[in-house]
Amino acid sequence: MSEYRVQFEVFEGPLDLLLHLVRKQEVDIYQVNLTRIAADFLAYLGQMRDLDLEVAGEFVVMAANLLYLKSRELLPVDKQVVVQESAEEGDDPRWELIRRLVEYKKFKDAAGRLQHYEEHQALVYERRAARMELPTAPARKGAEASVFDLIGAINEILKRFKNRDDVREIEADAHTVSEKLESLRALLLERPRIGFAELFSQARSRLEVVVTFLAVLELTRLRQVHLTQGAEFGDIEIAAAPALTGEPEPPAVDIVPDAPVPTPLELPLSA
Amino acid sequence: MDQQLLFTELKYILESLLMAAPKPLSVAELRDVLGKAADEEGATEAARAFRKLDPKRIQAALEELSQDYATAARSYRVACVAGAWQFVTLPEFAPWVRAFLGVKNRPARLSLPALETLAVIAYRQPVTRAEMEQIRGVAVDGVITTLKERGLIDEAGRAEVVGRPMQYGTTPAFLEYFGLASLDGLPAADELRRIPVVRPEAVVTADPAQLPLPNTVEEKAAEVPATTGPVEQAVTPAAVSEPASAPPADAEPGQ
Repeated sequence: MSEYRVQFEVFEGPLDLLLHLVRKQEVDIYQVNLTRIAADFLAYLGQMRDLDLEVAGEFVVMAANLLYLKSRELLPVDKQVVVQESAEEGDDPRWELIRRLVEYKKFKDAAGRLQHYEEHQALVYERRAARMELPTAPARKGAEASVFDLIGAINEILKRFKNRDDVREIEADAHTVSEKLESLRALLLERPRIGFAELFSQARSRLEVVVTFLAVLELTRLRQVHLTQGAEFGDIEIAAAPALTGEPEPPAVDIVPDAPVPTPLELPLSA
Repeated sequence: MDQQLLFTELKYILESLLMAAPKPLSVAELRDVLGKAADEEGATEAARAFRKLDPKRIQAALEELSQDYATAARSYRVACVAGAWQFVTLPEFAPWVRAFLGVKNRPARLSLPALETLAVIAYRQPVTRAEMEQIRGVAVDGVITTLKERGLIDEAGRAEVVGRPMQYGTTPAFLEYFGLASLDGLPAADELRRIPVVRPEAVVTADPAQLPLPNTVEEKAAEVPATTGPVEQAVTPAAVSEPASAPPADAEPGQ
């Protein structure tokens, strides 16, 4: 079903044009002179033809309706009234037209208000709080790191120094386990949790790694630190144990690690 | 706790939830949150007081909160769009917000015929194509396709008349697009729903001076408002004063 869509000036249809003509009369819609309106309407249709615009069917229907109303107006007034009173209210074609016009006008106004809302809403911005990524509670209950986890971790770190060994300058053995033990204690008192890998990030030599590792082992043996692993193959975390944060007893260390540390250990710690 | 204090407390709780929410929240969702907070371990007496609230009270608190912002004349409001509450900035601050966030992602403005048809659907839903064409006086096929494509309207069952024509209604996207809280938030909804245009006591057409008024209606005719004002004002009182029970001129078949 294809309809001719005539848009003459700004009129969307015959009702729109009629409303325009009523407005031009500057009277209330109920007081409008239909005879004049009919004439104006036909004049418009004539103009449309002159402009070679095809007149859509609905305009023609409306024109016919208006002509009918106009012809009724030609009847003597008393006859008109008789016709009107004998008929059902809805059958009065004049009233029917006015009713449609009033109704159309209301929806046209409503459309105008919707347009206003549309413009308004285009300028309104909603607040959208970003969904917060709350940090998960510290993995206090992480699994205890096993000896094998520790071996794996230290091997990873030692790998970093494997190649460098060949070109490195020979240094004086600047690191001792007891020194490292002390600095590690100080560090843990400052920050209760340190990542295993992080601990070795500053190490410049294989020897330093080994010494640091021994210090960690020593602290673990003394139960001054607690080693946990949050996830499988995750980083091992070194946490201060109560024995460290409290008044630590001077550890009675008597282990003398063999192999990788060639320097004599200054153990126990100077208290 | 004092009822008024409790209500104020509720208002501020809802405010904090809307502030932190990543999306607009409906009254039902807010009620759920209040219930959850009341069931938390170690919930305070105040929190427990909001366990099973009447949704109307939440609604009232939200409305008062919204009013608070309007009274304070801040640059943003608490607004209800399509049944969900949220913070929104006012349009007059759009130039700055736009510079920061960019133009809102919205399709092109609707054409006038589309808006007219949408108005008919919004106020008269569910409504058939024929009823729309009756009101607008033109065919609406193309417009309906456009409105459907944009998700503003959808099919809403079939009318129980010959041919069982499809009926149309608006979608939640319609409310969002126009920033309406609900269909009740449509402007002049009472006037445009099913209440028919009521005939004035005397329809004056061709030549007012010549048309005699029947004696019986002369008195009432005087009540018809002055005719020099805008059309709307002349029509409204008559339309509104009519009892709502009057059968609509375009009553749906089968009612």
